[in-house]
Amino acid sequence: MSDSMLFLIVLTPFIGAGLIVVTGNRPNLRETISVATGLLLLAEVASLVPDVLAGETPDLLLAIPVPGVPLALQVEPLGLLFALIASSLWIVTTIYAIGYMRGHHEIHQTRFYAFFAIAIGATMGIALAQNLFTLFLFYELLTISTYPLVTHAGTPEARRGGRVYLGVLMGTSMGFLLLAVIWTWHLTGTTGFKAGGILAGQASPLVIGILYGLFVFGIGKAALMPFHRWLPAAMVAPTPVSALLHAVAVVKAGVFAILKVTVYIFGIDLVGGSTASTALLWMAALTIIGASLVALYQDNLKRRLAYSTISQLSYVVLGAVLANAASISGAAVHIATHAVGKITLFFCAGAILVATHKTRVSELDGLGRQMPLTMGAFLIASLSIAGLPPTGGLWGKWYLALGALDAGYGILVGVLMLSTLLNIAYLLPIPLRAFFGQSPKTTVQFNEAPLPCLVAIGITTAACVTLFFFPGPVYQLAGMLIP
Amino acid sequence: MISAQLPALQVVVPLLAAPLCLVLHRPFAAWLLTFVVSGISLLVSIALLGQILEQGVIDYTFGGWAAPFGIAYHIDFANAYVLLIVTAISTVVSIFAKRSVASEIEAHSQGLFYTAWLLCLTGLLGITITGDAFNLFVFLEISSLSSYVLIAMGNDRKALTAAYQYLIMGTIGATFILIGIGLLYMLTGTLNMLDMAQRLVAVADSRTARTGFAFLTVGLGLKIALFPLHLWLPNAYAYAPSAVSAFLAATATKVAVYVLLRFMFSVFGIDFALGAMPLSTMLVVLGSIAVLSASTVAIFQHNLKRMLAYSSIAQIGYLILGVSLATPAGLTATLLHLFNHALMKGALFLALGCIAWRLGSVRLEDLRGLGYRMPWTMGVFVIGGLSLIGLPLTAGFISKWYLVLATVERGWWPVVLVIIAGSLLAVIYVWRVIETAYLGKTQEAVSGTEAPLSMLVPAWLLAIANLYFGIHTELSVGIASQAAMVLFGGQP
Repeated sequence: MSDSMLFLIVLTPFIGAGLIVVTGNRPNLRETISVATGLLLLAEVASLVPDVLAGETPDLLLAIPVPGVPLALQVEPLGLLFALIASSLWIVTTIYAIGYMRGHHEIHQTRFYAFFAIAIGATMGIALAQNLFTLFLFYELLTISTYPLVTHAGTPEARRGGRVYLGVLMGTSMGFLLLAVIWTWHLTGTTGFKAGGILAGQASPLVIGILYGLFVFGIGKAALMPFHRWLPAAMVAPTPVSALLHAVAVVKAGVFAILKVTVYIFGIDLVGGSTASTALLWMAALTIIGASLVALYQDNLKRRLAYSTISQLSYVVLGAVLANAASISGAAVHIATHAVGKITLFFCAGAILVATHKTRVSELDGLGRQMPLTMGAFLIASLSIAGLPPTGGLWGKWYLALGALDAGYGILVGVLMLSTLLNIAYLLPIPLRAFFGQSPKTTVQFNEAPLPCLVAIGITTAACVTLFFFPGPVYQLAGMLIP
Repeated sequence: MISAQLPALQVVVPLLAAPLCLVLHRPFAAWLLTFVVSGISLLVSIALLGQILEQGVIDYTFGGWAAPFGIAYHIDFANAYVLLIVTAISTVVSIFAKRSVASEIEAHSQGLFYTAWLLCLTGLLGITITGDAFNLFVFLEISSLSSYVLIAMGNDRKALTAAYQYLIMGTIGATFILIGIGLLYMLTGTLNMLDMAQRLVAVADSRTARTGFAFLTVGLGLKIALFPLHLWLPNAYAYAPSAVSAFLAATATKVAVYVLLRFMFSVFGIDFALGAMPLSTMLVVLGSIAVLSASTVAIFQHNLKRMLAYSSIAQIGYLILGVSLATPAGLTATLLHLFNHALMKGALFLALGCIAWRLGSVRLEDLRGLGYRMPWTMGVFVIGGLSLIGLPLTAGFISKWYLVLATVERGWWPVVLVIIAGSLLAVIYVWRVIETAYLGKTQEAVSGTEAPLSMLVPAWLLAIANLYFGIHTELSVGIASQAAMVLFGGQP
């Protein structure tokens, strides 16, 4: 039963996309189908939870395109966690998108919802991939299906953004990732994810190091410097896309893939001991600090958030490369907590755009009196990104710091602390200016974003706080990764 | 017993249909005959492949004359596979040709056009099926002469220059091939390729054998359009009628590659071809340059047919790289890509044919907004383009997987980089088109949108084949690896 459920999970969004296209000229029905597909998908994913908690890993073989390299699905704790995050946030984002797309009078809305659904289908495929080949397939599908969303506006700026987006993501994946996949197959004769890894004892430390580098840089969606430029470029997309795809689905697919490769292809023993991992640790630390510094100087709100995402993604990369029980758990938890935090921030940015047509941080003075709910949510989500109580963002950072100490890298704790300070420096001034800054207009009246947007913001903000008090379920799944 | 006569029918049916086509002359009748004959040829080649699967090889002697005196056909996995490619493409493209040719060629010369088509088909099938070196040359000339005619029928006046250019280059190539065959005949006293292979073993270490091999390789290099002998190809594909571009791009160079493989592996043997002669080094250098330079040039083309032509030269580079590896895995990759590339280039050229039918132009700047005006046509282009790039779930990915794997096995890392760089360059030249078609500013509304069904259906057939053979590869990989084993076994 749960075997065929895997196939249904990947298939459901695609069927949803088909129905969205068919009902394209009846917007209400179209959006109902969007939400219904999301609910169905979440129910399907949730039905796997008991099996996984019981320690089972149902799998399903779909096809064998190349002998020995099957197209197959399998669920394990990390994949389930990722699928749960993406599918539940998809519902919230769809609700948000209804308010945003209509409020902002966007064109080509049917195309938007259809490709959105396909992108989620690809994300599910990544989450449930049983082997590297399947992962690669859905990884590329995700790149292709999000391209029309990034270039949605069709302006010359969108075209330029789309070029950078596609160029970096495809360049890294075809240049490094595919090579790494084929090389792994050549070395081991398999591409399947297996507890404990498949590469141990199959190659010299030098080859392992090069291969790990190819994987980490080849998974460009993780936005590790110097392959991070696509993420700010993708900000030309409509805000729901930036929120769900470029704060959650696409970027998390990247760091998820790195975690998965670390745990199930290399095995943490192999990564933890290698010299390449030291170099990658510093690269991740550099990205954390560097991207935060760049974020300080971004006046465009969405770009500032994008650089913040680049920085936060490297937390997960750091956790993967540190490769011990605490750091891997911390990385997995951080995927969840950063997802709800950052999506809230993007929702707020979009709400501001719809209500006031403002995109710059410097224009937001005094906005708190006009949009108190939005800016209040922004404040809470900012705390979550910085990793301060009472928000869930604390836990990921906590375990990452523990992992760094376990691995003997006390200095990385310093990096995390510095990053927290920088997060505060580039995020908190925004709500502070909004609430305490002097508005240029003399009369300010209450003028919030459309109701669906506020509902979505409310849900994700609540999730930020809830994860602080009840991180249990997330931590339970994350803890199952390393027995 | 008709099944025993299938090898003869494979060539004789289109050969006899050609003059009949000339007599019929009326466009519709000529087209119908071409389509039916292509279809029959396809059925024959499927039946032949079925026999091969059962019994391994088929030896057929024409008129019952034994091998050294009469002409013998020798069919194994390698050429049965190529026959299938040629006849399948001819059938699919001939469906497409009806409306496309009607719009590009005047009614009174359409009868001639289809006659030339059938002759070209005859030639390509004859080259592939025969086991006799001189017979091979004759069929080569039949296919070449008829393809000069086909290209010259393009509705741009430059088609004449292109055909002339191809005529000169092709004739030089054919002459080289003839000299090569002549030298081998001088040395071995036989034209039968089986006998030639046996007798060559004793005299391989002679200057004549080496010279003959060199002449053959260079001559075939011209027909294959291997860098730097490719200069005839871009113009020929760009100015030929749309259907001809699709047909030739998917078959002609493939058949020439097959002949090169046949001579290298079956007649001379791998030890001589890639061991005693420095061919492996030459091929790897020329193949790499072809991939990189032609892909780069393709990026700067505004005429999309020219762009695809340069892309073809790059893809030929991949084929040659696979050969240069001199391993069964490399050869499998080459043979597999032979098939997959026929599918993707066929689909892409048919999509361009639909665009040419509607717009009368295949220049990039005329495609702005076409993604919304001709969604089905552009759908084919997108699928074919993704296959060309080599994304998973497309046939192109399977090719690339095998080729990269074979190269990694050999440990030739620089070549791995070349292959990867080639597919990244493909991203650029394919995406230019997709970006223009979907994001370019739409011009004023043009009446009528899509191409007719008789053109869309064959285009979609090939597009779906690209997807099918990206998931189910038992057929393509299975036969390609069998064929590679046959060639590597040294059996003609």
